[in-house]
Amino acid sequence: MTDWITSPENWAFVLIAVPMVFAAFRAVTSPNVVHSVLFLVVALAASAALFLLLGAEFVAWTVVLVYIGAIIVLFLFGIMITRAPLGVETELSHSNQTKLGAAIVSGALFALITVTTIQGFGDAEVTASPTRTVEIGESIFQRFVIPFEVVSVVLLAALIGGIVLARRDPVEGDEAERSAMGSAQSANLTAEGGEA
Amino acid sequence: MILSQFIILGAALFSLGVYGVLTRRNAVLVLLSVELMLAAVNINFVAFDVFLRDSIAGGQIFSLFVIAVAAAEVGIGLAIVLLIFRNRQSANVDELDLMKL
Repeated sequence: MTDWITSPENWAFVLIAVPMVFAAFRAVTSPNVVHSVLFLVVALAASAALFLLLGAEFVAWTVVLVYIGAIIVLFLFGIMITRAPLGVETELSHSNQTKLGAAIVSGALFALITVTTIQGFGDAEVTASPTRTVEIGESIFQRFVIPFEVVSVVLLAALIGGIVLARRDPVEGDEAERSAMGSAQSANLTAEGGEA
Repeated sequence: MILSQFIILGAALFSLGVYGVLTRRNAVLVLLSVELMLAAVNINFVAFDVFLRDSIAGGQIFSLFVIAVAAAEVGIGLAIVLLIFRNRQSANVDELDLMKL
């Protein structure tokens, strides 16, 4: 245990892990929707820092680009479009009874995973070494090329599904013409803005 | 660094995600908690990949796949939430009780 404390890697780990858990906790308990999303940014940035600590550089920057860059923006759009209460609002979470049950469930889950991990792995050492992006590229386009193609089909399906679900059904008259002319997404956004 | 510290951190994040899914009323915030759980899964993937010194970096590549699937999931999820909001004027999960007698 004294070895563990003296290693600078572990200081870095603690410096990353403590804000991460705090941010994750605030993200699921914050009474303000926008604060909740911004705390998720902190938690995801900490996970990117953790990947850098482990030497997984490509994954770290992918997390920054895709999660923090794209998914968070999508969440903020979702909040604005569904007009979730933006101010301080106590009704964002369920009652205290549900909270107690959820706390028991998640606490039990955490205890279970912790105990089995410590029993299973003990103090097995991890030595971080940088994974070069060329290794990832070679592996993804040789060994994992079929899963890679399947993921691109999933993304295409999500793209089409998102447009089909979110577009407004065209009604008779100029509404139908407008949504037929413009792209479904932009017509949808203007319609949404006009309604507000 | 020991492997357990990464797995326990992942477990903490995952448990917080479960707590969020169970307690949040707003559907967008439920999706946000699911993202937290997926981030925990990514930490486990990368930690095991580095621990096992995988020569084909399978853990890191599957964490990239998880990120891609998470992006797709958020896109579809928010589209469904938007549709529900449009039809029912509410994005609260406990008000979606159409199947209740």
